[in-house]
Amino acid sequence: MPPAPKSGDALFASVDRVNAELFTLTYGAMVRQLLTDLEEVEEVNKQLDQMGYNIGTRLVDEFLAKSNVSRCVDFKETADVIAKLGFKMFLGVTATVTNWDAEGTSCSLVLEDNPLVDFVELPDTCQGLQYCNLLSGVIRGALEMVSMKTEVTWVRDMLRGDDAYEMRVKLIKHVPEEYPYKDDD
Amino acid sequence: MIGVGKAKQYTNVLDKPLSRGRQEVSLSAFAFLFSELVQYNQTQVDSITELERRLEDAGYAVGARVLELLCHREKGNRRETRLLGILSFIHSTVWKVLFGKVADSLEKGTEHEDEYMISEKELLVNRFISVPKDMGAFNCGTFVAGIVKGVLDNAGFPAVVTAHSVPIEGQQRARTTILIKFAAEVLHREARLG
Repeated sequence: MPPAPKSGDALFASVDRVNAELFTLTYGAMVRQLLTDLEEVEEVNKQLDQMGYNIGTRLVDEFLAKSNVSRCVDFKETADVIAKLGFKMFLGVTATVTNWDAEGTSCSLVLEDNPLVDFVELPDTCQGLQYCNLLSGVIRGALEMVSMKTEVTWVRDMLRGDDAYEMRVKLIKHVPEEYPYKDDD
Repeated sequence: MIGVGKAKQYTNVLDKPLSRGRQEVSLSAFAFLFSELVQYNQTQVDSITELERRLEDAGYAVGARVLELLCHREKGNRRETRLLGILSFIHSTVWKVLFGKVADSLEKGTEHEDEYMISEKELLVNRFISVPKDMGAFNCGTFVAGIVKGVLDNAGFPAVVTAHSVPIEGQQRARTTILIKFAAEVLHREARLG
């Protein structure tokens, strides 16, 4: 019988952990480096998203291996798994899933606590910066590896004065897995 | 309903209460982030020396902030003024907070008066890093060297800090040594203080 899927807390307790402040400060140093190199806030946003995408494509393998979740039947379950297990396993916080649209293809992930942004304040010169863009890239990359093409955007950002972090995740389409080799070779 | 509400919103980040530092994230989250940091920097440089410098700069930023945070939280805003004091602060407190354990060893250099070494069997940041042969002696521990440099510089002990891989007999992965070479003024001050 396959091992039962673990709960979020058990999952987090079973992985090796490191101080969140090291993580937060390293992320800050990285964003600062990007700002110095690229200078344009939009470029930094794109670069953060791309880095997140790279991370997401590898992160999903680790997640599936360690969490033993079974295949999600629909997008609703996917969103729940990301919010309860995914975030918990890697960042130690859970998100809530809200605001489903009528077709069930678009939802919001709301984070109250975000280890990426401790000690951070956005200066006036960087108002267009999506500081947490890495996270949206991670989700997009991870879902693409499991055959879902999505679009992830930030709706609310505490660094901009909102009261929580909210990402809008929209499923664009399911991409069937392609067989990489031609059959007649 | 009275009494039900969201957590208090702070307009100024400086007004938020300081966390107790117990929050954790998974090691793999940090490892992924660090690997992206290194990969990004590799695209921005032409030589290994530049890559090391950039990693060191990133670490420097972390070190400066870690010093402020820990001085306030762990040491009640007391400042270290002696060499051995700041070294043992780094070797125990900083290492314990950042990496979950005190550093493996702290040694004084035998050849030069101004050199000290902190060694670690396996640096946390290097755990999932493998260096290709054509990159020679490059060690991502330069990031940690940057952290140490950041702490020392901002505490008033300017130094040159570098990371070196020391292969050990019988161990597959090399040990990392952080070499700290203090500036002359630090030693003069130490001598004056007696």
